[in-house]
Amino acid sequence: MKVEQISIFIENKSGRLAEVARILGEAGVNIRALSLADTSDFGILRLIVNDREKAKQILKENGFTVSKTEVVAIEVPDRPGGLSEILDTLDGASINVEYMYAFVERCGENAVIIFRFDETEKAITTLTEKGFNVLEGERLYQM
Amino acid sequence: MFYNEDFETLPRPALEAMQLKRLKSVIERVYNKVPFYRQSFDNAGIKPEAIKSIEDIARLPFTYKQDMRESYPYGLFATGMDDIVRIHASSGTTGKPTVVGYTRKDIDVWSELMARSFVSAGVHKGDIIHNAYGYGLFTGGLGAHYGAERLGASVIPMSGGNTKRQILIMKDFGSTVLTCTPSYSLYLAEAAFEEGIDFKSLDLRVGIFGAEPWSESMRAEIEDKLNLSAIDIYGLSEIMGPGVAIECIEAKCGLHIWEDHFIPEIIDPATGLPVPEGEKGELVITTITKEGIPLIRYRTRDITSITYQPCPCGRTHARIARMSGRSDDMLIIRGVNVFPSQIEAILMEIEGVEPHYLLIVDRKENLDTLEVQVEVDEKLFSDEVKHLQNLSLTIEKEIKDLLGVTCKVRLVEPKTIMRSEGKAKRVIDNREIR
Repeated sequence: MKVEQISIFIENKSGRLAEVARILGEAGVNIRALSLADTSDFGILRLIVNDREKAKQILKENGFTVSKTEVVAIEVPDRPGGLSEILDTLDGASINVEYMYAFVERCGENAVIIFRFDETEKAITTLTEKGFNVLEGERLYQM
Repeated sequence: MFYNEDFETLPRPALEAMQLKRLKSVIERVYNKVPFYRQSFDNAGIKPEAIKSIEDIARLPFTYKQDMRESYPYGLFATGMDDIVRIHASSGTTGKPTVVGYTRKDIDVWSELMARSFVSAGVHKGDIIHNAYGYGLFTGGLGAHYGAERLGASVIPMSGGNTKRQILIMKDFGSTVLTCTPSYSLYLAEAAFEEGIDFKSLDLRVGIFGAEPWSESMRAEIEDKLNLSAIDIYGLSEIMGPGVAIECIEAKCGLHIWEDHFIPEIIDPATGLPVPEGEKGELVITTITKEGIPLIRYRTRDITSITYQPCPCGRTHARIARMSGRSDDMLIIRGVNVFPSQIEAILMEIEGVEPHYLLIVDRKENLDTLEVQVEVDEKLFSDEVKHLQNLSLTIEKEIKDLLGVTCKVRLVEPKTIMRSEGKAKRVIDNREIR
């Protein structure tokens, strides 16, 4: 029920983000979703890709610091209040969200929200019990 | 183990008597042969015959690197060029190089002292010495080379650079001893790792590292990554080259300085007065047997302390502490004295921090700023911003608490700090000196 995200350390100087995109593009790695956290000095690029191993390897070969992180993907109907229900549930169970990002599926009916929790297992159990659709990693990678 | 047991374990009264005899002789010689010294002694109002004890050395004026530059190239030589068989020069990063000349006997003494140093480090005949100190005008390569041959070990004259080939040869030739700068040893380890070669599979047993200041924590890191016993060696071309002082493998606690050839003093660099035994100050050396270019009370600019306490290894020669910096690479940041080696020691205490760092000093609106660049590798990296920011804050706080200077830590991508195949460049000072 968990999804593997790759995270990349990016120094705050021009061209680094473009470099990551170029390396992945040339290696034929497809990006499903991404988010960039930025500070004044550095950024952390988080990606869900179709081929994690290849992405990680090729970026490391090019001198980037890369790590894998387990995140949780939830599918919600793309309508007002969809996100609010999830957050209320998490709040009720006192589960912290470290960060999150979202995208809308191709057919346009559902949105996928990627969450990074401090207690991943507990979050999955809670959300599943409440009837939320926690996506398998494979589904997301091939989406 | 000793190379020359009689001299290395000479009881101190005999050693000091020998020093005094040799000191008197060198003072007499430079006064008569080197116009610079005649003038400098005359200016200080001191005649050679006034030196009656080793303590009297403090009455003599100092010799500075500047004096060597001003007499460039051969002005301080005490023999004619007929007797000089070798010339070396320092890199001269700030001004003209300093030039030194060796007579045949000087080379002979240097070879012996370097052979003694190898044995002190636990090296013996039969060892295969991979000598990655640079060959050329720099004294490191040839100094270690001659010592290795004198000892009867097999020496591979690698010199610096061409790292991939170094690793191949180290592996295929079965090198048991590595000689290079400490920063280059870590660079080698990193390169070997990328080539898929594990240092633990090599035959290396001892590493002899010098020519730049390093720390105890860096020793631990080198010993772990290269799987060998790391020994600190000290030397400088003005005095001789490598092998002026070295640790013994028995104690690894201070570097024995070969006192039958050098008289060390530790002084306060500001006042020039001696500091008590065990206290830090600048190392001053007088060469008492050198013929080509004897130096009297040479200001090394290296900061250390000295002890005359007996050592478990049995050598009677005094020990100087690991160099904790140089009095001239000392940074003064907002009035606080900071040695790059102190910051290195702090970084190495923090889990996962690699010894590749760069200090950038600048002055903004009349206020000094210090930026410490640290490389983020997989051990330090986190997908969460707060963890990386905590890392920066931790380092900033440690430096503030221990050194009293405020700095800004900047996390950079791995391998972006320039690697050096010789002496590592640790400081960029962008301040305009007025």
